[in-house]
Amino acid sequence: MPTGNLSVVTFVIVSVIKIVLFLFVLLTGVAYTVWLERKVVGHIQNRWGPTRVGPFGLLQPLADGLKFIFKEDLTPPYVHKFLYVLAPMLSLMTALISISLIPVGGNITIAGITTPIQITDTNISLLIILGVTSIGVYGVALAGWSSNSKYSMLGSLRASAQMISYEVALGLSLIGVLMLTGSFSLRAIVEHQAGGFWHWNVFGGFQFVAFFIYLCAAYAETNRIPFDLPEAETELVAGYHTEYSSMKFAMFFMAEYANMVTVACLASILFLGGYNGPTFSGFLPPILSSLMPVIWFLARVVFFLFVYIWVRGTLPRFRYDQLMAFSWKFLLPLSLANVMITGLVVALRA
Amino acid sequence: MLHLALFLIFAVICVAGAVNLLAQKHPIESALSLVVVMGALAGLYMLLGAEFLAAIQVIVYAGAVMVLFVFVIMLLNAGEEEHTRGSKVALLFGVPGMVVGSVLGAWVLIRSNPSAKDVAIGSLYGPAREIGKLLFTTYLLPFEITSVLILIAIMGAVVLARRESQ
Repeated sequence: MPTGNLSVVTFVIVSVIKIVLFLFVLLTGVAYTVWLERKVVGHIQNRWGPTRVGPFGLLQPLADGLKFIFKEDLTPPYVHKFLYVLAPMLSLMTALISISLIPVGGNITIAGITTPIQITDTNISLLIILGVTSIGVYGVALAGWSSNSKYSMLGSLRASAQMISYEVALGLSLIGVLMLTGSFSLRAIVEHQAGGFWHWNVFGGFQFVAFFIYLCAAYAETNRIPFDLPEAETELVAGYHTEYSSMKFAMFFMAEYANMVTVACLASILFLGGYNGPTFSGFLPPILSSLMPVIWFLARVVFFLFVYIWVRGTLPRFRYDQLMAFSWKFLLPLSLANVMITGLVVALRA
Repeated sequence: MLHLALFLIFAVICVAGAVNLLAQKHPIESALSLVVVMGALAGLYMLLGAEFLAAIQVIVYAGAVMVLFVFVIMLLNAGEEEHTRGSKVALLFGVPGMVVGSVLGAWVLIRSNPSAKDVAIGSLYGPAREIGKLLFTTYLLPFEITSVLILIAIMGAVVLARRESQ
């Protein structure tokens, strides 16, 4: 029975509740990642960041959301209408789909119903996430082309070329982890790293090279500094989203931060042990001890987001030819070497 | 029953995408219809049980090869096609005629092979492990030849894009 030990109706209701909950948490997380970025980058630059709207500026994302809703939604007359409207939707959809495969915790039992804290787990989860990332390139490419403007076109071409180049290094850096685990299922990868931090793939699995490559490739995939030439204001006005306003721009914005959150989740699952951590099941009631893994997972995700923002506030950006050379001439051979060495070790150990 | 419904959904999306590819005037919309076709094919592979192949179809075909198509169309700035004055009569008789012709062809093919059964769900190799074993044992020669072919393509691209040394 594919629904486990639940009836079909219960399974559907539980899944709908999980989807709503995950999406709500993800979108709120995206909004507060923007807040976190503004505060952290502000402090790095020796200023406060948002402080006025609510305590510590915590209501700033609400104010920003209201601003986007009330702004005039302008559609320039010379754009290719269908693709102009489709592109931000495609970006946001692909950014939000990945959260459905991320295991946030082990099993939880509420009111007699036991269910994993994950919307769904398949035995090709990692490949699905890679596939969704590949489709996300279309959002960027079509946005720039449909806007019918020089800056948008150049920005989108650069962004899509950057994204497809770094996808190769991204995919190859994951192969080491896959060889150690033997499965594409994200839950299996997390459970392979159970039992203390020396089992994590970055320490015990010696995948620190793959970790470094994954982080670099992911920063480039999400178009973040130091790889954010496609969005650099001094270079290309605003790149592929120059001609977008109000809600459509907000969708691109949300898609970028949702991609950041997805990358942080994946990095913590693949390299840092996912939701493993002490559950204190002796001291806490069962529901709270099933929620402890969620807290450990969130701690890792927030750590990665902080590193993302820290790097953004610190490093200058790559020039475009340096960016492409870094991907093809450095990351690709390095990731291939990592695959070969990991394969050798796995084969010799077996 | 559910499998038949899913098959029909994916098959209809696939054929609709393919027909849309022909019907669209702008090449970019045709290319995007082709992406939809690739996605529907991935769904059909998944129904047959080849889950790894379905994911790879999305990653490689829909996500890389079609991006290349879209890039080329964007860079060449191919505009909308001009419509020559087609004949309405040809449309009236041609489209149903084509449908009837393809149905007749399919019926003849099915009848000519009386031992053919419906393909069972999950009849293809699913997990990556099995495909890996097949690639490195039974199908080793095609695998190696394909890799040489890809190497030739890469070298061709490098030669074509090389700047002439002045």
